[in-house]
Amino acid sequence: MSDNPYHNDRGNKDRSITKPPAESMGDPVSPSGAATKAEGDNPFLIGRAMTGGYGKGADILHECTISVEPGEIAVIVGPNGAGKSTAMKAVFGMLNLRKGHVLLDGEDITALSPQDRVVKGMGFVPQTSNIFTSMTVEENLEMGAFIRRDDFRQTMEQVYNLFPILRDKRRQPAGELSGGQRQQVAVGRALMTKPKVLMLDEPTAGVSPIVMDELFDRIIEVARTGIPILMVEQNARQALAIADKGFVMVQGRNAFTGTGKELLADPEVRKSFLGG
Amino acid sequence: MDLLNALVVLMNFVIVPATAYGAQLALGALGVTLIYGILRFSNFAHGDTMAFGAMVTILVTWGLQGAGITLGPLPTALLALPVGIAATGLLLVGTDRVVYRFYRRQKAKPVIYVIASLGVMFIMNGIVRFIIGVDDQRFSDGERFIISARTFREITGLEEGLAFRTSQAITIVVALIAVALLFWFLNRTRTGKSMRAFSDNEDLALLSGINPERVVLVTWLLVAALATTAGVLYGLDKSFKPFTYFQLLLPIFAAAIVGGLGNPLGAILGGFIIAFSEISVTYAFRKVVEYIGPEGWEPDGLLQLLSTDYKFAVSFGILLIVLLLRPTGIMKGKSV
Repeated sequence: MSDNPYHNDRGNKDRSITKPPAESMGDPVSPSGAATKAEGDNPFLIGRAMTGGYGKGADILHECTISVEPGEIAVIVGPNGAGKSTAMKAVFGMLNLRKGHVLLDGEDITALSPQDRVVKGMGFVPQTSNIFTSMTVEENLEMGAFIRRDDFRQTMEQVYNLFPILRDKRRQPAGELSGGQRQQVAVGRALMTKPKVLMLDEPTAGVSPIVMDELFDRIIEVARTGIPILMVEQNARQALAIADKGFVMVQGRNAFTGTGKELLADPEVRKSFLGG
Repeated sequence: MDLLNALVVLMNFVIVPATAYGAQLALGALGVTLIYGILRFSNFAHGDTMAFGAMVTILVTWGLQGAGITLGPLPTALLALPVGIAATGLLLVGTDRVVYRFYRRQKAKPVIYVIASLGVMFIMNGIVRFIIGVDDQRFSDGERFIISARTFREITGLEEGLAFRTSQAITIVVALIAVALLFWFLNRTRTGKSMRAFSDNEDLALLSGINPERVVLVTWLLVAALATTAGVLYGLDKSFKPFTYFQLLLPIFAAAIVGGLGNPLGAILGGFIIAFSEISVTYAFRKVVEYIGPEGWEPDGLLQLLSTDYKFAVSFGILLIVLLLRPTGIMKGKSV
């Protein structure tokens, strides 16, 4: 995949002389440009006509558009391999865009690295490896607030009010928690920066249906505090039921776009994605 | 009385020296484990980093002694230690800039760093021998004993003496302070926590706004402090010889791996396990048995399992057993 000789491990399987890094989700600090003022009237967050793929590889996204307005929950659904997570990563800057723009709050942030986008107010919860497993719940939240130099105790209190179970377990290593609780830690960590928009990559992957319902309730609660939420979901039916806006993707393209209710009622969408 | 004498012999020749040696290994292993946890590779240059730090400290000590400045009953080297740490810090940060940063930019596989550190080891090795030579150097001064064997015999009236050397006491006290400071730093300060976060999940740490270059810088400085302290304490307790420090790499790595690489508590535990095994396996237990065994049971031999020449076989053996039976170490290592 890579022609860089330094990436060649030569079949090294020795666990004792090197420590393999956690599963990588991309490059959070690729060289970065500056944000520019965007012209005209735009949605709060929009990835417009995004085309691109990983590294020098083939395009995965084709003219894909994703947007969310304040107070809304926007959901990206679609079959496996449709590029749902890729679309979200593109909005977050983990992908090389060949065409298209990403605008946040009246600024063009297409040239920014993911790290800089966090500073601009994007909160991102990756699908896997989204917590510091060896650190306590409270330390996880503190690390979430690392870029803040002001007093973040109030924000931590808000997170604890939102996820009461975390307050009880705040001295426990996050890696010892159950799947649903880990997801709450991950969302809480992202909320610590007081983001202007929260992006969740399959927050309910691998949790039981009961926990899934609870997580959705919590996500609605977060949305009620005024933070727009952009979310990728496998469970299309439940996700669309709580969504203000839905994007159905097929093979890297927008297939259907509409409100959650419209999409749930659309016979075409029902037939192809929701099982009739 | 015989039982007491046997205990004193054991204390004098096994427990006290092994505790001091264990503390030195633990400090060394902590440095190795920090680099493994945060920079993700095994630093083969660690033994020679210790030698470099000790060398600078020795040169400064000689300078101070020449100028007539001493610490009274304590060794002057303690006064020179901060200079040694600063110089080693500069060396390590410089090495990082010249060597390791390039590989970080390339996002090289960790195994490449291991081999690079091997090259760094040879260069540091050369620098130390070039400056101070290959011979044994003694630099301890001040009071030699807290309790000498003779005073102990006079006080207690026992046949056997227990000597407690100043260097051993200092080793234990300094190691305790260093470890306490390190743990306070890693668990209580913002920078320390960010280092643990970086070690745990690099990508997420980057997304949280943690600056990787700063984490790396602080890690090297901590490692410089730990390595120099370990090197100076070892030199005070025994003597300074560059080749011995190179050889220390094996027991230090054994300690870090036995305890669980990447786990600071494990490094300390591993240090003491290796030190106690090494010294008790190579100690001649004849005298102890003479005291506690029944009349007429005195053995002809020395009751020594291995000659001291083979002490490295002990570390190596323990290392092999642990890697075969419990590759992650006694305390599960992975992250700081």
